[in-house]
Amino acid sequence: MFAKQLSVFIENRQGRLGEVLNVLGQNGVNILSMSLADTTEYGLLRLIVNNPEMGKEKLTEAGFSSLLSDVLVIQIPHKAGSLQKLLKCIEAAGVNIEYMYGLSIDGAEAYVVMKASDVAKTEKVLSENGVMTLSNDRIKTL
Amino acid sequence: MHKIYTYLKGGIPTMIWNETKECMSRDEMTHLQSARLRKLVDYVYHNVEFYRKKMQAVGLMPGDIKGIEDITKLPFTTKDDLRDTYPFGLFAVPNSEIVRVHASSGTTGKATVVGYTRYDIDIWAECVARCLAMANIGKNDIIQIAYGYGLFTGGLGAHYGAEKIGATVVPMSTGNSKKLTTMMVDFGATAIACTPSYLLHISEVLREEGLIDQIKLKAAICGAEPWTEKMRNEIEQSLNIKAHDIYGLSEVMGPGVACDCEYHMGLHVNEDHFYPEVLNSATMMPAADGETGELVFTTLTKEGLPLIRYRTKDLTSISHDKCSCGRTTARISRFKGRVDDMLIIRGVNVFPSQIEAALVDVEEVTPHYMMIVDRVNNLDTLEIMVEVDTKYYTDEIRKLEALTKKIGHVIQQAIGLSAKIKIVEPQTLVRSQGKAVHVQDKRKLY
Repeated sequence: MFAKQLSVFIENRQGRLGEVLNVLGQNGVNILSMSLADTTEYGLLRLIVNNPEMGKEKLTEAGFSSLLSDVLVIQIPHKAGSLQKLLKCIEAAGVNIEYMYGLSIDGAEAYVVMKASDVAKTEKVLSENGVMTLSNDRIKTL
Repeated sequence: MHKIYTYLKGGIPTMIWNETKECMSRDEMTHLQSARLRKLVDYVYHNVEFYRKKMQAVGLMPGDIKGIEDITKLPFTTKDDLRDTYPFGLFAVPNSEIVRVHASSGTTGKATVVGYTRYDIDIWAECVARCLAMANIGKNDIIQIAYGYGLFTGGLGAHYGAEKIGATVVPMSTGNSKKLTTMMVDFGATAIACTPSYLLHISEVLREEGLIDQIKLKAAICGAEPWTEKMRNEIEQSLNIKAHDIYGLSEVMGPGVACDCEYHMGLHVNEDHFYPEVLNSATMMPAADGETGELVFTTLTKEGLPLIRYRTKDLTSISHDKCSCGRTTARISRFKGRVDDMLIIRGVNVFPSQIEAALVDVEEVTPHYMMIVDRVNNLDTLEIMVEVDTKYYTDEIRKLEALTKKIGHVIQQAIGLSAKIKIVEPQTLVRSQGKAVHVQDKRKLY
């Protein structure tokens, strides 16, 4: 199962991140997980939210460059060494991980958000290995 | 060749390279210029179709030009004319007579090509020799030429002049400041020719390397970009030398068209070879001495690429008073700006339209851009801000970086300069309302 990630291009200017969060907050778009990748010139804010379509629409209206892309939200046991096991099986499939960030929840399970060079292939490999990936609807209930 | 010396207060002799030509009376100069103009007009009429047609279009025959005062009857030549006749259309001689070509960047990617006969190269060297003499550089000097060698006229132009005057020439070219400073010390170089901003950079490198007290430098001739009196003072104080302003443009010849003497009261034009007019920008009629206008040159003696009333687009004023140095040649003031939107960045002519044309070919970006020109540590910097088309937006930094690199490459190909590319958010750049808004020049050059 793929999940939709909302990403936003942000120039390194004071207050820009706050403006993005303001747009999302005012429209009831709740952030479940986020990662901010930065370069000297700009940042890329990547978000898992409860309503990515609404988030993109509102951000575009506000003049931001935003994008929805397919990522995998992968469920793994919330214990030491489980992420490494996951990576082994992805590595064996010859897929590159573009980026990854965590979505850790209290309890027995943890989740990581991953963008791989071949999302479909990765998802197939994971399901063959009995690893669960979550849809946006499922994520909302976490 | 006559060589006479004038004496400064300190008793240091300064040479005049060609007293006969540089110190002649106004009457003698007018007489010489008139004779040369008559010959030139006849020459281009019979050898350059472009000029024959232009003259015929306004009903002019060579015989109508009787003296230098008739020059205003002649049509102008522009950079566009050179571009339209690319590459050799305005040459007045067959290629068998052309011994060298140089080229500078044009507004549309096509270069402006200039050609020289053996005689032209010799006259060019003569003119540069006069400029070097104004800077008190002579045969006992070791001079580092740190202009680019190649299609750019700076390197080879200064080189031939320095050889002509008998100096020991070190053809450094550009790009290796460390080698330059090392050799400056090891060779005991006494003179340098380079852009003023590069020289300031060199002075910093010398300081960083702790070599500043070991140099024997005494003079510099700086050109290829506009600079200020403030920069001259900075150069002279930081290096304890005399810095002179040399001017030229490849279309007219290259460096050596004009230079300032030790009195720095404007740049002496080698007007027996390059006739200067300063024209009121609105009326295109001659401006009075001291009045600002566009500088226009007629090459009185060039064989390969003779130009009639070439519009430089540089703004200046002219003076015909005799200078304290003894020279009588006309002097043009420091430049006061440009008629067009051309920028000179690290000695390279750049038109915003070139950036625009280059960006049109990059599908991923919108045609909107902002050029920011600045001077950091005495070196010109160029930053170009672009917006990525929403369609091509990506959530991967790797792809954005690849795009930045690609745009940088396209720009480098277009203008011959590396630029820092900055991707900005959509709709943040000013929409096209004329060219000026695309440029922020933070340097204070005029």
